Amino acid sequence: MLSLTCPNCGVQGEETEFAPGGEAHLKRFGPGSAEEAFEGYLFYRKNPRGVHFERWRHAFGCGKWFHVARCTATLEVFGSYTAQTSIVPQNIIDAIKARRPDWEMDQ
Amino acid sequence: MSEATSETVDISRLSERGMITVRGDLTSVDLQYQLTSLAGVDMPSEREAKVEDGRGLVWMSPDEVLMVLPKSDVEGVLGTFRETLGAIHHLAVDVSDARAVFELKGPKWREVIAKGAPVDLSPKAFALGQMRRTRLGQVAVAFWMTEPDTAELVCFASLAEFVSNWLKMAAKAGSFPDYLKEYKNDA
Amino acid sequence: MSTRLAAKGQLIDRSKPIAFTFNGNRFVGYQGDTLASALLANGQTLVGRSFKYHRPRGIVASGAEEPNALVNLGSGSRFEPNQRATTTELFEGLEAKSQNHWPSLEFDFGAINAKLSRFLPAGFYYKTFIHPRAAWKHIFEPVIRQSAGLGAAPSKPDADRYEHFYAYVDVLIVGGGMAGLTAALEAGKAGAKVLLVEQTSQFGGRSLVDGDAIDGAPVDEWIAQTLNALEAMPNVTLRKRMMGTGVYDHGYALAYERVADHLPGADLPRHRLWRIRARQIIAATGAVERPLAFAGNDIPGVMLAGAVRDYVSLYGVSPGDRTVIVTNNDDAYRTAIALREAGLDVPAIIDARNMSTGALADQARALGIRVEVGRGVGKVLGGKAVTGVAISPQAGEGAVIETIECECIAMSGGWSPVVHLWSHCGGKLTWNEELAHFRPDPERPPTSADGKGFVICAGSASGALLSDECLADAFDAGRKAAGSCGFEPEDSVAPQTDAIAEQFLEPVWIMPQGADISLRSKAFLDYQNDVKVSDVQLAAREGYESVEHTKRYTTLGMATDQGKLSNINGLAILADALNAPIPAVGTTTFRPPYTPISMGSIAGEARGALFKPTRKTAMDGWHAENGAHWEPVGDWRRPYTFQRAGESISASVTREILNTRKNVGLLDASTLGKLLVKGPDAAKFLDLLYTNMMSSLKPGRCRYGLMCNENGFLFDDGVVARIDEQTFLCHTTSGGSDNVHGWMEEWLQTEWWDMQVYVANMTEQFAQVAVVGPHARKVLEKLGGMDVSKEALPFMGFADGELAGIPARAYRISFSGELSYEIAVPATRGLEFWQACLAAGAEFGMQPYGTEALHVMRAEKGFIMIGDETDGTVIPQDLNLGWAVSKKKEDFIGKRAQERSYLTAPDRKQLVGLLTEDPKTVLPDGAHAVEGPPQDNGFASAIGHVTSTYYSPSLDRSIAMALIKGGSGRMGDTLEFPVSKDVTIRAKIVDPVFFDKEGERQNV
Repeated sequence: MLSLTCPNCGVQGEETEFAPGGEAHLKRFGPGSAEEAFEGYLFYRKNPRGVHFERWRHAFGCGKWFHVARCTATLEVFGSYTAQTSIVPQNIIDAIKARRPDWEMDQ
Repeated sequence: MSEATSETVDISRLSERGMITVRGDLTSVDLQYQLTSLAGVDMPSEREAKVEDGRGLVWMSPDEVLMVLPKSDVEGVLGTFRETLGAIHHLAVDVSDARAVFELKGPKWREVIAKGAPVDLSPKAFALGQMRRTRLGQVAVAFWMTEPDTAELVCFASLAEFVSNWLKMAAKAGSFPDYLKEYKNDA
Repeated sequence: MSTRLAAKGQLIDRSKPIAFTFNGNRFVGYQGDTLASALLANGQTLVGRSFKYHRPRGIVASGAEEPNALVNLGSGSRFEPNQRATTTELFEGLEAKSQNHWPSLEFDFGAINAKLSRFLPAGFYYKTFIHPRAAWKHIFEPVIRQSAGLGAAPSKPDADRYEHFYAYVDVLIVGGGMAGLTAALEAGKAGAKVLLVEQTSQFGGRSLVDGDAIDGAPVDEWIAQTLNALEAMPNVTLRKRMMGTGVYDHGYALAYERVADHLPGADLPRHRLWRIRARQIIAATGAVERPLAFAGNDIPGVMLAGAVRDYVSLYGVSPGDRTVIVTNNDDAYRTAIALREAGLDVPAIIDARNMSTGALADQARALGIRVEVGRGVGKVLGGKAVTGVAISPQAGEGAVIETIECECIAMSGGWSPVVHLWSHCGGKLTWNEELAHFRPDPERPPTSADGKGFVICAGSASGALLSDECLADAFDAGRKAAGSCGFEPEDSVAPQTDAIAEQFLEPVWIMPQGADISLRSKAFLDYQNDVKVSDVQLAAREGYESVEHTKRYTTLGMATDQGKLSNINGLAILADALNAPIPAVGTTTFRPPYTPISMGSIAGEARGALFKPTRKTAMDGWHAENGAHWEPVGDWRRPYTFQRAGESISASVTREILNTRKNVGLLDASTLGKLLVKGPDAAKFLDLLYTNMMSSLKPGRCRYGLMCNENGFLFDDGVVARIDEQTFLCHTTSGGSDNVHGWMEEWLQTEWWDMQVYVANMTEQFAQVAVVGPHARKVLEKLGGMDVSKEALPFMGFADGELAGIPARAYRISFSGELSYEIAVPATRGLEFWQACLAAGAEFGMQPYGTEALHVMRAEKGFIMIGDETDGTVIPQDLNLGWAVSKKKEDFIGKRAQERSYLTAPDRKQLVGLLTEDPKTVLPDGAHAVEGPPQDNGFASAIGHVTSTYYSPSLDRSIAMALIKGGSGRMGDTLEFPVSKDVTIRAKIVDPVFFDKEGERQNV
């Protein structure tokens, strides 16, 4: 059972305190967007074996959303960071690179 | 209420407790001034609870505090907020009836809550002045200490009966693991 | 026959006899006995029948690995099947019954299966019961169910209570043998917070029986000293009767504490499941001895060699006057020596190795014990008990050289580290050729959140079987674990011991090596599931090359003991049959729990009234006292109807509806979600959340709003009231308040975080009461207070004021089509207000009504219900709610999706009303309408289904709503609903508003 740290309240809690929210950093496409872009927003999700960015909500805690960088294969957690960002912060990228030197951000 | 001994935890509901949820920019000087002067305590920082004699402030999230106060004072305080904080974007509402508050009295209160909350409740890890929002079994709760051997626990009012029964079962005499005691005097 | 010895028995207290029963026979054991040792002490070597062949079985082991001695324990509400006698502490009045036999343990009818065993090979069930299909359900399955299985299912609810407990430690140590104690001492001295758990009722593990002097002190003294030192450390906790059952991600572990199993009748939780988060876990779980595979190795009296000396030394129990030792290693010689020292006869040690030159062998020979090398067991003699053993050359095919009479055979095939906890979370193993076992590979541990290893095996669990290696290994493990947690270990040296050097074992997977099929098919690998050497060989011949497939095909290792004894032997047989090296075949997956744990401990507190949280409104107590028939709605319980004495449920609902339409009804609507949305951007935010325009709503007014997800599908609805320019109160469905609250927060926090909006869930702050019906206004006027006239409070308006002296907010909204007020009061005054309404309403014929009357009345009006008319694939336009979807707004959640071709297609299913041809016939919920010629499958095409269907008391006929393909354009058509083979219901498509189409009743 995962142990995650909520960057909003500082609690390191067990998985049962949190609710998963799927892939992070999706870009919303609204009215006027092209079919393909909208389809991608609605349905296409990454499913990597390895480094992944996810949304979590501290559902039984402060109620706030945050992002987690995690390895889906080993469950290693590289860091958690605020949900109020559209890009992965540099310190998180550095933390991943320190553990996974060959890893590259794929976008 | 019977005198709490080291082997019992008395559970009682504090039905005259008033609560106001305040959401806003907690770094705002004006907001802090109103909160601290009305509650009579310092502004709590992250995961802190400053509650003395049934009055105080509990940090709930980066943009939310819970003011606790006698129920009879709630109307007046909300009026003061309306008058003084009108220009600041905030939300202040009476949630006294939406929540139930329980007092757990007795040194084993930690072991009662540790039966349902995934939290390190050893005295070293959780002390007077801290608060924690988490779950107790299947329900959302928040709790903090008011004295070394006393804690208060808040849940949704609709679950008061469920939580009360849960706490009473967990607090049955003799059914404590006696685990957290060793750490009572930790540095 | 087994019996109690006059001397020995370090764990028992002969001054405290304990009476118990086995199959109704009264026996006496001693304080400190396990059920197994007490049974043996009473000469009871036959303890059960096997799972498949109903063969007589006896006790094999002395601990958690026991496969055979499972009993039904207790009776009535404290009955529990499949309890291991070897781990059950004896207590006064214990009642045990053997399992899996009929009519009795001694004479079992099912034993005929043993005679048929050549017709019951691996995969028998898969191969045999295929045809005819009907026979499976009516013949095969009932017969198999009758004859298979272990213990009986309990017939009464469990009378005990259980609980969970969370603990957080630096170092969790599982196992209180000399390795666990040594590791705990080192980690504790370094300052780490240590929790050590031991599954039995005493510390010391195998060292109690086999221990050599440590640091110059006899082992029991060393244990006592170490325990004293540990107990003096405030940062160390020792717990007995607590088993580490599983290791999970990120240092999470479960431990199963048997608080009161040995204290029947105590007012204590029976079991406590500890949910532990540890930074480091040390598995000091020891090793288990492997049986040897020879014909008849399951006959009662054949036991593990280590277990035999445990019974002698710990419990003062003789397994029989004459014990033949069969081994491939030196360790079993300890059993021979222990038996001889206890005054028992050891006719021979049968050693499969070609030489036996170790120190233990010398010691045995010096005691005059005959040692035969290069020999094995040809077969065991006996039926319900061992009577002797036929000796054969190990290298041969089973020719009998000699027969030796004996009552017990002590076998040892070597020792395997207990690697379960290491492996649960992904720790890898490595094959050790010299000791023929898998041991943890310290280079490939399970990893935690930081990517580093978090489990360390210590002592024999890591393969360090000899006491000196074991202590050194555990010493290092304790220091390493503390170091990983940031503690500096003190300078010290590992405890020293003079271990007796042992000659290496010789792997022996089958005995004799060339055993023919008649022997192999009596050589058991998995006792509990009755899997033999021949079964695994057959599986290999049939092409089961993967160990995981072979496991499932043969059921090897799938019983409640999870193959603790059979695992390695089975693998070796498979590897041999596949002509592959053992490590290439690999092991099956180790899964928690280590041994079965009680269902009660898994449930913990969540049983009975605490099984699931039930949310109750302020008026719940009144409802309960006034005939409420409950309906769960989300986590709430709501009155479905208020039944009167002698009244059926449907009559009660009908009465409530008619009375509400004629007089006035009262509904507890407190469960409706109430979300306060406030801020300069509140209107803008709600315009994005709702399909309607909310920014144009005037303060003091209400608007019915719809919420869709990004797929365009409707998921919640409710009335929105604008309190002031910056404040809205959004009502949600009863089950939806938490979801919608979360939905709002999600968008505010993760997409539109620049918006200045705060949301508060006010659902429970207010009790909400609907006063509904022609006399509603009169009732409120009688309560007194605020002006509720049509002028002051028009339809879809709201006002704040006071009613019956209670602060109230009254909404003029209607879900029934009647004149209706929903009044919110502070929740703690809800009951008072409810009763005031009933008192004031008495003269107007007021009656409370429940959710079913609510549902019927809304259906009469054609109002949709989330979850009835919606199912996650329905858009507002399908429900004739296009009017509530703004065309002016640039954006709202779901708008882009609703432009997709699939959602704009004209032949989507659309909401219609249905009137059955026979007005008394009520369509079943979910009934499908079919149309057109039969398709390939023989059925006409389904074109839609019924979403709501009731008998309407107001109209005195049936009504229904349905989603029908292109339904809006088919008014007047008649559709067919085949509801069974012979019955088709015909119904006409009509407008879904059945009652008061003009809305005259609500707008008065």
